[in-house]
Amino acid sequence: MSDTLGGLLTIALLVALLAAAYVPYGDYMARVYTSTTHLRVERLVYRLSGVDPDAEQGARSYASSVVGFSLVSIVVLMGIQLGQAALPMDRDLPGVPFWMSFNTAVSFVTNTNWQSYSGESTLGFTAQMAGLAVQNFLSAAVGIAVAVALIRGFVRSRSGSLGNFWVDLTRGTIRILLPISFVAAILFVAGGVVQSFSDTTMQTLAGHSQVLTGGPVASQEAIKELGNNGGGFFNANSAHPFENPSAYTNLLQVFLILVTPVALTRTLGTMLGNRRQGVAILGVMGILYSLTLVAATWSEVTGQGAAAQAAGAAMEGKETRFGEWASALFAVSTTATSTGAVNASHDSLTPVGGGAALFNMMLGEIVPGGVGAGIYGILVMAVLAVFVAGLMVGRTPELLGKKISARQMTYVALYTLTTPALVLVGAGIAISLDSTADAMGSSGGHGFSEVLYAFTSAANNNGSAFGGITVTSDFFQIALGLAMLIGRFLPIVLVLLLAGSLAEQGTVPATAGTLPTHKPLFVGMLVGVILVMTGLTYFPSLALGPIAEALV
Amino acid sequence: MFSDLTRQSLAGLRLLLVMTVLTGVLYPAAVWAAGQAFGDRADGSPVRVDGEVVGSRLLGQQFAGDEWFLSRPSANDYDTLASAPSNLGPLDPDLVASIGDRLAEVAAREGVEESQVPADAVTASGSGLDPHISVAYAELQAPRVAEANGLDLATVEDLVEDNTVGRGLGFLGEPGVNVLELNVAVAAAVRGGD
Repeated sequence: MSDTLGGLLTIALLVALLAAAYVPYGDYMARVYTSTTHLRVERLVYRLSGVDPDAEQGARSYASSVVGFSLVSIVVLMGIQLGQAALPMDRDLPGVPFWMSFNTAVSFVTNTNWQSYSGESTLGFTAQMAGLAVQNFLSAAVGIAVAVALIRGFVRSRSGSLGNFWVDLTRGTIRILLPISFVAAILFVAGGVVQSFSDTTMQTLAGHSQVLTGGPVASQEAIKELGNNGGGFFNANSAHPFENPSAYTNLLQVFLILVTPVALTRTLGTMLGNRRQGVAILGVMGILYSLTLVAATWSEVTGQGAAAQAAGAAMEGKETRFGEWASALFAVSTTATSTGAVNASHDSLTPVGGGAALFNMMLGEIVPGGVGAGIYGILVMAVLAVFVAGLMVGRTPELLGKKISARQMTYVALYTLTTPALVLVGAGIAISLDSTADAMGSSGGHGFSEVLYAFTSAANNNGSAFGGITVTSDFFQIALGLAMLIGRFLPIVLVLLLAGSLAEQGTVPATAGTLPTHKPLFVGMLVGVILVMTGLTYFPSLALGPIAEALV
Repeated sequence: MFSDLTRQSLAGLRLLLVMTVLTGVLYPAAVWAAGQAFGDRADGSPVRVDGEVVGSRLLGQQFAGDEWFLSRPSANDYDTLASAPSNLGPLDPDLVASIGDRLAEVAAREGVEESQVPADAVTASGSGLDPHISVAYAELQAPRVAEANGLDLATVEDLVEDNTVGRGLGFLGEPGVNVLELNVAVAAAVRGGD
């Protein structure tokens, strides 16, 4: 079997698995968020939390629930890290430094999972399992909840409400994320992923001392991928053999990363009562994902760049059991979603491979994007696309029966400006500081790429890194923490306000003059708008980093 | 708005505590309990020699000396408390230089041309703990290991084949040779021959 055939068959199997899950999983999620009955365990959760599950919330109330819940989560998660020495199973580790705990708490609550710490040398088991991993579930459930609220905005007519955040959050966790994670975690243990509560020190065959690191890894690994979180239990993330021991577990990880954002397009179509719309959105995602997958795979497999050419193949930073094909597939999937887990060093990817990872994030995490965040992100771009189309033909733009007027476009414009402003201003400030030169792992164009990658990853809530950069200074901890915080919650608030303004409207019937948004013409239009927006925003910065490197 | 935010935050705190019990305690405990069905895999797949644990099937180890098959270069010297790649960029002059040094070193050690040295022998892995080397790198080392241990080359080559992990389902990932298990087998063959 050649590497090429093996790589292509792997992609084919992945696509087949995603296709098999698409309808049942997507429709299941639609039922979860439209059902009017509560499970017994959910009623218990509501009673213990003191929330009324049958109350409806408008956009402002829904948004303040999201923000309030997330602020509390950040404070609690900081507390757990700062005081971890008092917790059981602390592995005799001291409390996490203050700004690192701030950065990490924001990182996990915003579903970014940027890691300025090294898991195995910084955190005890309780902090990982009852602190970080809890946010893996909840931040993912928040993302889906916001997406569902936006879909309701399109579905509802002359309504002041978008649903109930607490119900959406609880159902997403209990009915979707928890059961799938449990099954996946057991498959991971079967594949060799560790799930224990102690470290063991032993003598190696050659007589060295080595620690067999334990920990509740499998349980964290499952939700890390399913929730598009990406924060590794260990520093090496999914390259670590205890997180990702084989080609089987690797395929399962890529599947878990992609399955929810992909199936959510079916959920969208089902909830809208317009399944072709879901397929069209998936088509847009698929086209853009394929572009970066082809570019990255070509570059990695053919070993572009001086180091790969010297070694004979681009194996620096890659594991033998995965090789170039499965490493490129993982790198593209983790950056096209907001996951940020890595099974190879992104810093050592070939120039085009690393550039593809960076470009995926710059697209705004929408191909297919983070759990929930991908759907609301691409719907915002769809609003922009019908607006542009409306300008071209001189008609009032409509999307899914809702008129897009100045109010909606204000929210959309602010949304599309938020992350680019954070990325470019943040990277610009960082580059202008003298101290940043020392923080870079490389000089020249690649050093710039490391800084640009860091702010792109943070503001888009991805969490992967060109890891050569040292980000433990107070400047980076605070700057990247703020980029994650604003990059997550400002767009969410804008999306909820947009959703509220749509729900208030009546539904306009489609006429002969309505642009059909479920047909290839619109798919092409949306792909074009996304590429033009991203290109105009980021081309100058890309030219200084990865493009310059690729042309050397 | 502000009082609403305070009220929502309090509800959020209570919900967070409930969810912490559910997803942060009960869930990992249930996975642990179910994981016991898979023997010692949940404990890190230990490899034992005469009943003593000498490592994990999944974690690479540092080997030095002609009697051993050597693992790939590691950015962290196989320290499991500091798993890491080198994170050196694709054009980094230091990386290109160290790849050149390693090529010369491996070629001299195995008595072959530099062009015969496979890429995994001169590059550091993603974790610094890669348990495998390529089949080509194992075959390259076999004559040296056989000679240093006084074993037939054919015997050592058989051991390499026995410890080769093929592609999953015949096409997933890449084949590799588990270095620790291979060295355990070589050591056993040496003792068996005494």
